[in-house]
Amino acid sequence: MKRKQLERWSPLLLLLAIVVVWEVITSGFGVSEFIFPSPSRIWEQTMEHKMVILGHAWRTFWVTMAGFGVAIVVGVLLGFLIGSSRIAYAAIYPLMTAFNALPKAAFVPILVVWFGIGVGPAILTAFLISFFPIMVNIATGLATLEPELEDVLRVLGAKRWDVLIKVGLPRSLPYFYGSLKVAITLAFVGTTVSEMTAANEGIGYLLISAGSSMQMGLAFSGLLVVGIMAMVMYELFSWIEKHTTGWAHRGSQG
Amino acid sequence: MTDAISNDKAFVDFDGVWLAYNDDLLAKNIFAVEDINLKVRQGEFIAIVGPSGCGKSTFMKLTTGLKMPSMGKITIDGQPVNGPLKISGMAFQAPSLLPWRTTLDNVLLPLEIVEPFRSQFKDRRKEFEERAKKLLASVGLGGMEKKYPWELSGGMQQRASICRALIHEPKMLLLDEPFGALDAFTREELWCTLRDLWEAQRFNVILVTHDLRESVFLADTVYCMSKSPGRFVVRREIPIPRTRDLEVTYTPEFTDIVHELRGHIGAMRKAGAVIQQ
Repeated sequence: MKRKQLERWSPLLLLLAIVVVWEVITSGFGVSEFIFPSPSRIWEQTMEHKMVILGHAWRTFWVTMAGFGVAIVVGVLLGFLIGSSRIAYAAIYPLMTAFNALPKAAFVPILVVWFGIGVGPAILTAFLISFFPIMVNIATGLATLEPELEDVLRVLGAKRWDVLIKVGLPRSLPYFYGSLKVAITLAFVGTTVSEMTAANEGIGYLLISAGSSMQMGLAFSGLLVVGIMAMVMYELFSWIEKHTTGWAHRGSQG
Repeated sequence: MTDAISNDKAFVDFDGVWLAYNDDLLAKNIFAVEDINLKVRQGEFIAIVGPSGCGKSTFMKLTTGLKMPSMGKITIDGQPVNGPLKISGMAFQAPSLLPWRTTLDNVLLPLEIVEPFRSQFKDRRKEFEERAKKLLASVGLGGMEKKYPWELSGGMQQRASICRALIHEPKMLLLDEPFGALDAFTREELWCTLRDLWEAQRFNVILVTHDLRESVFLADTVYCMSKSPGRFVVRREIPIPRTRDLEVTYTPEFTDIVHELRGHIGAMRKAGAVIQQ
């Protein structure tokens, strides 16, 4: 029982320990605020600029969610396509792998030319960086169907579509939710990176402007806020996953 | 092979059936099954035994219409087979139940797919559920309808899988080593379950197995298959009267038949070894 309690609180305890050590080192050794601000100084600056930070955070949040939404739609459709057709798998997968290996930050200048400074590049970067895991996971879920089960259904006259809807899709749901957890964190990376060069709003923009005016505390608050948003979304999808596809996690409940 | 059944009465009729898995193998004259001739009466329970890899599962695929023969003709229930046969139900060694569906919903799955039930499913759902519950109760799964597959033991899952194969009242039940993964006691229990289901409904059964006792206990006729080439080499009728009790498996008559079949398999294995040299 005590062990379980400890397990539950362990992330917070670790965080607390890190903050304490950080504070002790920075104030103890008198590290300059312009090099590495202490947690208390970061907190101070966060409170001081909280309305500004909140505004930028909101922008980053909705832009990320928009890109993520597009990523879900495209990822699911592509995953569905390559998971259910061998030809499509053979044709698309290698190209997608090559595409995924490209650093998405490199797309930002091109997107700026196409869409101008602002929302467009950020949404698209978030989308580009996060659709891949969704696609791969849906495809895997569909492609790893047991052949016996397929036979059972095909003998009954089931069309490919029936097999996909009755078996393939529910089967790939746990993979899907698993991929959402990964993808949402990536989407925040995409938005932030894009905002750093191609926006006048958002946490990425805040980071750059705080850095150039040597407001290190503010820059760290920006990082903090992105981290918190990503973590909250991750936990949300984790919760949804547990409550919709419990059958896939039965082993861990014992 | 001698055959007492007249041609036009056969329910399942294999007439010189050969199958190569693809055109390449066909060109090289490599067949998975060769020259299968088989006539099965309506309501007959047949078992096919043989070493692993002898083409038993291929035979199943031919019977269900999932594979077309390269040569020869298959007729089932008077119809030439040229596509998946909806009059059959299948169960395999792995129960392959869907983990996100309850036992009841798993059993109902075929009704959501096969016509004419498919189009009536929404309107007659209550009735279908009753039918599924009855079927589950008849194999000893009464009260388990709301349980998920992982909450059932291996034997229970296999019972549910057989129910799924029977829910649309197929004329033919195809079983591919259905009891292979179960312990000996559960297996014998399920033999009796299958026997009772069959005696009540008299559908055709084709049981593929490598358990000789299982084949002799359950089947009217046992066929032995040889390995590469996959051929039927022995046809043995089992004269033990119905209803067979588990006790029968300890009688000398039963043991003699098992022994005799074992002899055929043994001879085939030796012959196979010679060919491979």
